[in-house]
Amino acid sequence: MDKTWNNKAWFMVLPVLVLVAFNAIIPLMTVVNYSVQETFGNNLFFFEGVKWFQEVLNSPRFHASLLRQFAFTGLILLIEVPLGVAVALAMPRSGPWVAVCLVLMSLPLLIPWNVVGAMWNIFALPDIGLLGYVINAMGISYNFTSQPLSAWFTVVLMDVWHWTSLVVLLAYAGLVSIPDAYYQAAKIDGASRWSVFRFIQLPKMKRVLTIAMLLRFMDSFMVYTEPFVLTGGGPGNATTFLSIDLVKAALGEFNLGIAAAMSIIYFLMTLLVSWLFYTLMTQSEAEG
Amino acid sequence: MTSVKEGLGDKRGDVLMREQTTPPPASNAAGLRSASVMSGRGREARFLWLVPTVYIIFLMLPIYWLLNMSFKTTNEILGGFSLWPRSFTVASYVEILTNPVWYNGYISSISYVFINTAISVSVALPAAYAFSRYRFLGDKHLFFWLLTNRMAPPAVFALPFYQLYSAINLFDTPWAVALAHCLFNIPLAVWILEGFMSGVPKEIDETAFIDGYSWPRFFVKIFMPLIASGIGVTAFFCFMFSWVELLLAKTLTSVAAKPIAAVMTRTASTSGYELGLLAAAGVLTIVPGAIVIWFVRNYIAKGFALGRV
Repeated sequence: MDKTWNNKAWFMVLPVLVLVAFNAIIPLMTVVNYSVQETFGNNLFFFEGVKWFQEVLNSPRFHASLLRQFAFTGLILLIEVPLGVAVALAMPRSGPWVAVCLVLMSLPLLIPWNVVGAMWNIFALPDIGLLGYVINAMGISYNFTSQPLSAWFTVVLMDVWHWTSLVVLLAYAGLVSIPDAYYQAAKIDGASRWSVFRFIQLPKMKRVLTIAMLLRFMDSFMVYTEPFVLTGGGPGNATTFLSIDLVKAALGEFNLGIAAAMSIIYFLMTLLVSWLFYTLMTQSEAEG
Repeated sequence: MTSVKEGLGDKRGDVLMREQTTPPPASNAAGLRSASVMSGRGREARFLWLVPTVYIIFLMLPIYWLLNMSFKTTNEILGGFSLWPRSFTVASYVEILTNPVWYNGYISSISYVFINTAISVSVALPAAYAFSRYRFLGDKHLFFWLLTNRMAPPAVFALPFYQLYSAINLFDTPWAVALAHCLFNIPLAVWILEGFMSGVPKEIDETAFIDGYSWPRFFVKIFMPLIASGIGVTAFFCFMFSWVELLLAKTLTSVAAKPIAAVMTRTASTSGYELGLLAAAGVLTIVPGAIVIWFVRNYIAKGFALGRV
């Protein structure tokens, strides 16, 4: 759509700008302040330059949680995106079951995140939880509070449970928006099921799938509440992801400088990846 | 029917099977024409419904387990594993609905979620209109900057938010949480609404202005009804993200405005291991979400059909 040039449109954006800026810029400046200063209490601050940044970037603790974070996010994307697309492809396109499927699938998305953690805690308890009991009954030793591998398995499974529906809903939206004409053309060419997927459905879903991957990347990269409630970052530090580590440093140990420097590095990383996704998305939109 | 043919096992059966694996173009095409036909035809398609069914069962299992636990007595829970409550009790629910600490948690959660949804949608409406209809100085940068706030990890903002809202005397009120949640809900609302508004032809605006409508009157009387489903979807997403967020809500409240989710965490840690109570509180936090989904289910399908989230 061709848009009119009109700078008065700024007045319509103003309320949004004021509210978001109030919430974003003031706190962000506070964080930047802390990240370059040293304090010994009594509200006395001294300029420290990039000392905290150097300290964070060289600390093995930060490297470890960063590595865990990337492993977690990568694993989540690898499982949730293909699974979500598969479920969306198998869903009926019309009829009474569509609403039922949509409602039931959206349910996990609307449960408060700490309730998700608490629910999975109860579900996975080795002696009285369904999941833990069944796995142990199959002869596999499983206890997410003491074995790192079990903890990882539970945290990943919980995230798949919690968020795959978002990918399903988005992929489904992409699928139902494909006009019938495309399928008719495929029928004339005698296309196989696979080529219909590869050359019609996948390209048409590209946009929504990019949105889905962007959202899943951002949210899994800042995941905090669910693993915190489920495992508390343990056993040991096995499931201490970036956010958990950050909150530990900021509110637990009150290492303001370290926490602030970490926040900024963290935010910049999220921003960089999201910017890449965003550019990719707007480019593909411009192409068609 | 297919299985009967396969079961023959003789030469004729083999031929039939080969025919099925490489069906003639006509039958394949008929299956592709529309999805409702597709789900009824073809060997693979006949079992297609299994995939969503298994997936939904997987989704329901933990929820069932929570329900199961919420109806058990503490003794039974600690007594061992059982698939359904043997001594059925609603004591946990009674405790929650009669104890003010518990039900005040629900009231404060619901109040900040509603305040937030109202603020987010009402300020996002004109902004989304501006983004969808006009070009102005710095519009693209502004749009991306708004989106970046959706990307900021709440953990980064927890401490500064605490200081900021203490400084303006809003700490421990629903308003603090509602305003703080604007950080990620307003950008989202603008993003969704902009998509819906761009789907409305510009000629409608122009015709209305020629007919002598002022902008506010046009916007409320003509434009908003046109994007009603978009507003529904937006409100749903604002509700959802505000309802499920806990880190900021917990940081910005202490006693008076404590959200239900935070009351739960405290119960889990202080009063021992009252799993039944915890489970019942969990079940009750699922209820508002379920009600909201049920009301907007058709809007959701429509909103998603427009390819926007």
